Amino acid sequence: MSVSDNVSVAVFVFVAALVQVTLVASIDVAGGTADVLVLSLLAIALLRGAVAGALAGFFGGLLVDVMTLDTLGVSALLYALAGYWAGRYGETTGRDRAHAPLLAVLVVTIAIACAGLGLHALLGEDVSARRALFDTLLPGLALNLLLGGPVWALSRTVLRRPTSADRVTEVRLLG
Amino acid sequence: MPRNRTARSAVLGLPVRRPASRSHTFRTSSALRRRIVLGLLVVLSLALITVSFREQSNGPLHDAQAGVASVLQPLEVAVERVARPFRDAYGWTKDLFNARSENERLKAENEQYKQQVIQNESALQENVDLRAVLDYRSSPAFPADYDGVAAEVMAQPSGSFDQTIVVSAGSGDRVAPDAPVVTADGLVGIVTSVTGGAARVRLLTDEASAVSALDLRTRAAGIVRHGPSGLTLQRVSKEEVVRVGDEIITAGWRFGQLASLYPKGIPVGRVTSVGRLNTDLYQQVQVVSDVDFSALDSVIVLVSKRPAPELP
Repeated sequence: MSVSDNVSVAVFVFVAALVQVTLVASIDVAGGTADVLVLSLLAIALLRGAVAGALAGFFGGLLVDVMTLDTLGVSALLYALAGYWAGRYGETTGRDRAHAPLLAVLVVTIAIACAGLGLHALLGEDVSARRALFDTLLPGLALNLLLGGPVWALSRTVLRRPTSADRVTEVRLLG
Repeated sequence: MPRNRTARSAVLGLPVRRPASRSHTFRTSSALRRRIVLGLLVVLSLALITVSFREQSNGPLHDAQAGVASVLQPLEVAVERVARPFRDAYGWTKDLFNARSENERLKAENEQYKQQVIQNESALQENVDLRAVLDYRSSPAFPADYDGVAAEVMAQPSGSFDQTIVVSAGSGDRVAPDAPVVTADGLVGIVTSVTGGAARVRLLTDEASAVSALDLRTRAAGIVRHGPSGLTLQRVSKEEVVRVGDEIITAGWRFGQLASLYPKGIPVGRVTSVGRLNTDLYQQVQVVSDVDFSALDSVIVLVSKRPAPELP
């Protein structure tokens, strides 16, 4: 990836984390909230691959941990693994499949809820499995699936690499 | 991929030496790099979790976290300010949709609270009544030869023709037929039948009731009965002096082995009017009881400490 590509991915992740913490996390619908950071890093992973997905997930999660003053590394670990898995899925089974983004959203949302519950329980925090897995997961999953399409489209626009056709056009214009 | 097979080698049938595949090498190194990155990120995350979890709140990692958070805070505030109108609009819309269900929920809650208030008031009144009963049991006015069995009124009079109540004390509490029933305000009636845990009480307001009574001030004796005009003290001779306001109590007479069903000194009521007709042999003494027979909640059944006398 080029430097400008890296910068655009970093800015995208930063904005997604900021919007998630300050805005989206406070809008609950039927008891659940959407996670635009997860949707963004899934899009990055599917478009850029496993390494980019893992790095985006790690730093995005770290930002969330810092901004919410939570235990450092928890969200970073979960999102890094999610980004890595989505990237590998996009590189292998899900390549060129139209349903890949939504399937990735479905799997990652459930996996993050389950793994997050286990991780917080391991850290001795007071967590309710019923709340995490039933009360908030289903509406959160529905919201993520609903927002998955728009975020995917936005990500493809923002993170689009210049194609050879663009370069040719550029040369022609200059020439 | 460059072609190594020349025309000469093809003619001579020589084997061609193929170079090692570059894409295979690239794939292997890419997978290795990918795994190394993931491993590093996982190790770094676990290290952060461990240090952040074990470290005290004033440790260097927490300080760094707080520092970065304070740097990001203006951005968060800015985003929050930009987003606030949208969030408020969402909240307003959501509240609008939820208003109806919330209204119904609050109504149901209000009903629950109303019922709770009624229950509390009922319990408070019951507490007051029971305290009055306890005070009466321990007061000097309580009959000495009797034990008091506190009982709740389980059934009120079902109509104007039935002046009986059912109380929650029965033979299991040593309650027997003909046991007097009182409250702190005065005489209530007499037990007519008992079961194991309940007793039927005929009220003083029943026309079949008759109580030997006397004027506390003048000792003028008579029989209290309930008639069309209420309680009356009957069979009081015209020579006796009875005045309005005099207190009427049970006579509690004893004649040999026989004794009145009611112990002596239980308040029956107060004189409200005294009438004398030339044609009558006795005075017409109207009495009103202090007991509210329409709102009886708890009573005391008097159980004699002595064995019941046997009739000859």
